[in-house]
Parts: sequence; structure tokens; C-alpha cells
Amino acid sequence: MLEACGVESPEDLFAHLPEAVKLKQPLQLPPGISEYEIVDYFRRRGDENANGYASFLGAGVYAHYRPVLVDTVVARGEFLTSYTPYQAEISQGTLTTIFEFQTMICQLTGMDVANASMYDGSTGLAEAALMAARLTSKGGLLVARSVHPEYQEVLHTYAKNQGMPITDFGYDPETGAADLDDLEHKLNDLTAAVILQSPNFFGVVEDVKRAAGIAHRRGALLVMGFTEAVSLGILEPPQADIVAGELQSFAISPSYGGPYAGIIATREKFARQMPGRLVGETTDTHGNRAFCLTLATREQHIRREKATSNICTNQALIALMATVFMSVYGKQGLRELAEQNLAKAHYLAGKLKRRFSGPFFNEFVVSTGGRSPDEINRALLEKKIIGGLPLGRFYPELSDAMLLCATEMSRRYEMDKLAGIF
Amino acid sequence: MAIKKVRSHISPNEALLFERSSPGKKAYQLPNLDVPAVDPHAALGSQNVRAEIAGFPEVSEVEAIRHFTRLSTWNYAIDHGMYPLGSCTMKYNPRVNELVARIEGLAWAHPYQPESLSQGVMKVMAHLESALLEITGMDAITLQPAAGAHGELTGILLIRALLQQRGNPRKKILIPDSAHGTNPATAAIAGYVVENIRSDEHGLLDLAALERSVTEDVAGLMVTNPNTLGVFESRIIEAAEVLHRKGALLYMDGANMNALVGIARPGDFGVDVMHLNLHKTFSTPHGGGGPGGGPVAVKKHLEPFLPVPRLKRDGDLWAYDYDRPLSIGKVKAFYGNFGVLVRALAYILAHGGNGLRAATMDAVLNANYIRKKLEPFFDLPYTLPNMHEVVFSDDRQARQGVRTGDIAKRLIDYGFHPYTVSFPLIVRGAMMIEPTETEGTLELDLFIDAMISIAKEIETEPEMVKTAPHSTRTSRVDEVKAARKPILKWTSPK
Repeated sequence: MLEACGVESPEDLFAHLPEAVKLKQPLQLPPGISEYEIVDYFRRRGDENANGYASFLGAGVYAHYRPVLVDTVVARGEFLTSYTPYQAEISQGTLTTIFEFQTMICQLTGMDVANASMYDGSTGLAEAALMAARLTSKGGLLVARSVHPEYQEVLHTYAKNQGMPITDFGYDPETGAADLDDLEHKLNDLTAAVILQSPNFFGVVEDVKRAAGIAHRRGALLVMGFTEAVSLGILEPPQADIVAGELQSFAISPSYGGPYAGIIATREKFARQMPGRLVGETTDTHGNRAFCLTLATREQHIRREKATSNICTNQALIALMATVFMSVYGKQGLRELAEQNLAKAHYLAGKLKRRFSGPFFNEFVVSTGGRSPDEINRALLEKKIIGGLPLGRFYPELSDAMLLCATEMSRRYEMDKLAGIF
Repeated sequence: MAIKKVRSHISPNEALLFERSSPGKKAYQLPNLDVPAVDPHAALGSQNVRAEIAGFPEVSEVEAIRHFTRLSTWNYAIDHGMYPLGSCTMKYNPRVNELVARIEGLAWAHPYQPESLSQGVMKVMAHLESALLEITGMDAITLQPAAGAHGELTGILLIRALLQQRGNPRKKILIPDSAHGTNPATAAIAGYVVENIRSDEHGLLDLAALERSVTEDVAGLMVTNPNTLGVFESRIIEAAEVLHRKGALLYMDGANMNALVGIARPGDFGVDVMHLNLHKTFSTPHGGGGPGGGPVAVKKHLEPFLPVPRLKRDGDLWAYDYDRPLSIGKVKAFYGNFGVLVRALAYILAHGGNGLRAATMDAVLNANYIRKKLEPFFDLPYTLPNMHEVVFSDDRQARQGVRTGDIAKRLIDYGFHPYTVSFPLIVRGAMMIEPTETEGTLELDLFIDAMISIAKEIETEPEMVKTAPHSTRTSRVDEVKAARKPILKWTSPK
């Protein structure tokens, strides 16, 4: 090969680089190690984390069972090692699964169109807000304080450089639901979007329909976020204009915060302002059904600075995990799974003092009374239990409260043990 | 001309999940409920409880596995063969990386579990941070961005924050006409106006044009290096000086960093801020379009603005620092695509310093080999020495009415994924080829043979090439029809 290239050594291929840019010494990294050593290194790192603990953490990341079929499918090299399906003729596998994904997300959310994924729920919500601004030609955002606080932070990062003012509205200290009177009071004609999450960060189911009505009266769109996708198995599809959510609950490992898969779904009339990839049905030259990426004129590789988003690489393989999960559970399974979550969380809540009275799915806030949440969590850790998320970090007024979650993987005896410490 | 790499075999048909669904079939098992069941209507209120999920599929376990297995056989993949997509860096994805990302203590780590019980994951991130800093020659890094374009956004917001602190965020970002589409889209989302600057006759950054364009309004320049022609921007140090003199910053798109690892470091040639694509240079799988990882590395002056939280030492332990008043905030919930970070670190550990450099050399050697072998058959409009990729033009073939897109489709019949078609935009009918370091001469020669064979076919049978592919289960797809009346979900024929 060197001879064919007309050089004596591979170094000669770099001879044209200016001397000043060349690295004069080897990279200060240790020599390569074997496969066994790599596995050993990461096993030891894994052992330094919380192994063997029961956990009642939720707060946007949920411990749900991952059916074996999920990794069986995504481990196939044909899915794992393929590129974005621009070449439709040899990408029908990926394209077909994305079309199925879009369909199932529409069925779950009651929307007409769903994209082929965003990075995660937090960036999806931010992109949905920007989308609402384009659709309404307005810039103001009204965000419920009961939206996941980290999602709110991401929203701020995205919005502040677009000149989009963000105002928040509160929650009802009794029910834990968004204070829709406060929303009505703060809403004005410059508001592009009202942003809500249901179930909200406290686990409480919001009155999305009423919020949408309020938003629409002043020409704003209602953007609904969700972090617990399993709730869609039992809750009424949201009456929103744009739904932006996180699918981590659909067989995606917690993996310390990512990679996950976000989605944006919306009504047909808004589709052309959607960010992200879309797969559409068409035919090939023989008239066979085929799928391809479509409406690409919204996207950065065609529209450049006028694109609806800069997103390129998204979360295709993670979306495939969710697709397999939805196929495995199906219509009945997702409902039963949701009912198990509901039952477990209500069993646990029944043993504790709930802070809010609003209806909840699988998460709820408890008051910790005379002791601090950290104190209780320390006592729980001694019993090999990771307790709830102390809320004072995000809500100073809730510094005596923690957010607990139970799923189908929470065992009754562990819940009893946890309740015993309170 | 004989097609050596492939011959056809049976390809199964497969309906959509919804079409093979029938009521009562199930592929799941739930544990017996060990607590009392709860009536959803009582717990949630009837107005909040949905009826069935209309249209949702119901299939058995064997039907589910067959469904996805059959669909998978309709894909091309790196595991099938060379994937010469220029700029996309489709290199082999080592499988040990998949295994380690699934180790229970890592895969089931919750982002809010106590720091004292997260030392392993934090150590992994700290280890990756230090390795990437050594590789890039930069001073500080965030692992939070989820992909390359997300890294770009983070980087431009960092520039904005620094300039804002100096009193004026400025208005414009300069972008060469050879740039990826994400660059202008990013600048716009970060609130900047985009000004394109033309490349010179060699396809390089035009220093004189840059000098004219850099005014007090310019926040920075986004440049890919090596650029999208695969050519190293030899005057990058001078370009950085032009920018810095006017108080502007240099952003480097690290999409092509795989041509530089172990050879040259952006931190040594004037770059202020850059992103890396872990799913390119560091071999994390593309997965049909993600997930990715887009760490952003900066020089000292941008460090105070990095997203929160930052990893820090607290005695013998790792801890998070949220007390960063100048930070741009969070660009994503939690800490980044951790599972992708694990895979990237595994790749770096496997190669070591010398191995990473050797990979760069092989990638550049492979691209030069392809160039030499194909130069007699295809036009090469820009002739400076190339690094990890080479860009031909279809000019010669276009005279027979055959364009880059047609040649790409014909490659499929030869058992290869196409190269990158019609990009960069500064090359007419671009054919952008990147072999990566993981291809050996056997596969490269098959690819070269295929390209030469197609060039000859174009002389004798142009129509056959224009209607390719001929051997796939799906022939050319009508993309115009898909966009004209979009069908974006399945609906029941009833």
C-alpha cells in the first residue's frame, strides 16, 4: 500500500502538515490493554457504585424491567452498526422500525405525527418550546414549576439566547398540581407556549385539558412534557398541541442519565415546524411499499441556518429499544404494567405521609417530619435501601420532603422496610 | 464486469407489527402482584383514565423476534462490510464495548443516587475527561452534550457567554462554504447571524477573505479541520491569530478528529473550543442514527462557562461542583450520554496512546490508497494532499448523464454502502469517500474494483447505472412522493 501511495512510511503522508502544528511527543496515555483487562477495569468501576441496593428513586429516571428481547434485537449488528438511513434501498430495516415507532408514539399520545427521536426528554421539551415560538410567531414561555427542574434548566439555556423570556407559574401547595389560576393570571398575548408536565415532577397528574383551554384563549400553544412513559398506558392521552417526552421507561437502562430517547409529537397542521427526522411511507419503482426519510427540507443538511433545529445524530438505537419494548408489552401488557406501578406506589404511599393530595401514578412526595430527608436516607442506606430524592435542592420550600417512586420492580418487603424507617 | 463481493439470497417479506397483530396475543409476563390491586378510576379519577390504546400491537414472543430479525436483514451495516461514508467515520465497533456498557453497576446507576455510591461512574467520566484532554491538547472539557451538533451548540453558547462577560456577545459567526449543515443551524439557534466565507481555489480557508470578514461584530469562526475535503487547514494558526487580534474566537468542529489523533492537537494550533464526536473518532456505534456523544473541550478562558455540574476532587472522592456562577447552565438533563462515554473510554483503553496514533495513520493511508487507485477514473477537483478522506467529482461521468447519486446506488449492487453523496457543496457532484482505519486491503481492493467497474459501465451502459440498484429487495424509492403527501404513521385500512 505504501508503494501504491508513493511513500516510504506512513509518516510521509503527514509531511505536508506545518511543523508548528505537529505533536512532538507521543500521547501521554498508557499502552493498549487486552479485552479481559478492559472488562476487568469496568467491572471494578461498576463495583464501586450502588450494587445490591433496593432503590426508590424516580424523578425522571425509572427502574423498569427490561425484557430480554430488547437487547437481543438491538445487539444485532444490522441495527447496531448501520448509519442514519439516508440510503433507503439498503436501510429498510431501520426505516420500517422507525415508522412503527412513530405510529406507536402517536397511538400513545393521541397525536397525529411523531418524530424519530430527540436526544432526551429535556432537550425535546426545549425544542418543543422553540417550535411553539415559530408556530405562533411569539416568544414568551410560561413554565410550570412542577416541570422537572433539570428540564427547566435546559429550557433556560436554549431560550435565553433566542430572546425568549421565561416566566414560571406555581403549584398548589395542597394538591401538588400546577396552579392554573396563577397560569391564567400570568398568561398574556405575547406567550408562545404554556409548558406543563404530566404526571408532574411530584408525580401528580395535571389537568392538561383545562390548561390547554386557558392557553388557547390567549393564542398560546400547550406543550406537555412527560418523564414517565409507562403512565401513558393508563392515563388519558394529553389534550396538548405538542407533546415532548422521555422514553427512558421503555426498556432503556438508567445508565447514569443517558443515552435515553426523547420524542416530539404534534398535530398534523404543525408537522412542518417539527425538529428532527421523520420517516414516511412511499413506494419503490416496482410499486412495493417502502419507507424513506422525508420532509427533509426542515433539516440542517438541506436548510442550513434556516432549519427547524441543528439536530443531526439522534437516538435511533435507543428508540429501537423502546419500539421492541412496546411490541413486547403491546396493548394489554402496557396497561397491566401501568396498573402494577399504580398499585405498588399506592401501597407504599399508604404507609407514609403524603405531602400533596393530587392524583398520582407511581411517584409521590412525602414529608419527612422532624427529621431531614438526608437523615432518613442515611438510615435507609444502612438497610441497603436508596431512599427518595430530597427536594430542597430544587425547591427550598420543600426541604422537609422527598420524592419517592415505586415500580413493578419494587418488592413489598422492601417497601415495608422503607416505611419502617420513617 | 463481475461483481465479486456479493450474490443474491432469499430475503423474507414481513408485514408491519400492526398488520400481524391479533387480539389476545402476548409476548410479556409480569410478576404476580404482591400488593393489593388499585382501581385506576378511583385512584386517578375517571376523566384521567384512558380506554384502550387503540391500534397498539399484540403479538407473541416468537412473532416479535422474527419481526425484528427479518427487518434487520433489510439493512446494510459495518458488520456486512466497508461503509465508506465520508465525514461519518464508519469504523468497526468493538463488541467488548457493548458488554462493558451493560455491566450492572454501570447500566443501572441512577443519576440521583448518592455521590458516595457513584464513585465508579464518576471515575469513568474523570478518566475519559483526562484522556480526551491529552488527545486534544485542551484545558477543560464537558461530557454533557449528547451528539456533535449538541456539542456545537454548547461550544457557541460558551463563546457567547465569554463575549457577553467582556461586554458584547457580538452578532455574527463566520462559517466556510465547505462546512457541515449543522454549523450554520447551530449558530442560528445560539442567536447568531451566519456569514459564509468562500474557500480559496484549493478548497482551503481564504485568509485574505477571513481578514476582511473579521470585524468587531464577529464572535467567532467555526471551522472543520481537516476540512470536509479531507485537507488539513495549513494556515489554521494564522487564522486563529486573525480572529484573536479582533477579539473573536476559533471553534473547531471535531468531526474529522480521527485524522489528527496522536499527530496534531487542536490545543496546540490556536483552537479555543471544539467538540468531539464519540460516535465517529472513538467508535461508539451509530445505531442507525444515534445515540452519539459530543464532548466539548475548551481553553482556560472558557472554562468558567462550562455546563454544570463539573467533576471535582473532594479529598479521596469525586464530587460535583454546582457552584459555577458563570456557567451557561445545563444543555441536557443529568451528566451526558454516560453509556456512550463508557464505550469511548473502552476504545481508548484498548488502543492506548500508540494504538490511537497507529489508527490515525492507517485511516490516512487507506484514504490515500483509494485516491491513488481511483484518480485515473474519476475527477479530483482539489488536489492538495488529503488525510482520512478523499472527495472526487462526477464531472467525467456526468457527460454520460450519470451523476454521483447514480454511482452511489450502483455501488449497492456491488455489495457496498454508498459514499457520501453531493457533499461538500463546493465540489460539483461530490463523491466523498472515507474508508477508516478498520478496512484491510482485501476489502479496499474490492471497493476499488467496484468503483472502476462502475466507471466502465458508465461508458457502455449508462442507463443500467442510472436505474440501479438492481439487486436489492427494494428498488429506487420515490422520495418525492413521500414528501408530497406525507404518510407518517400506519392507519388501519378499515
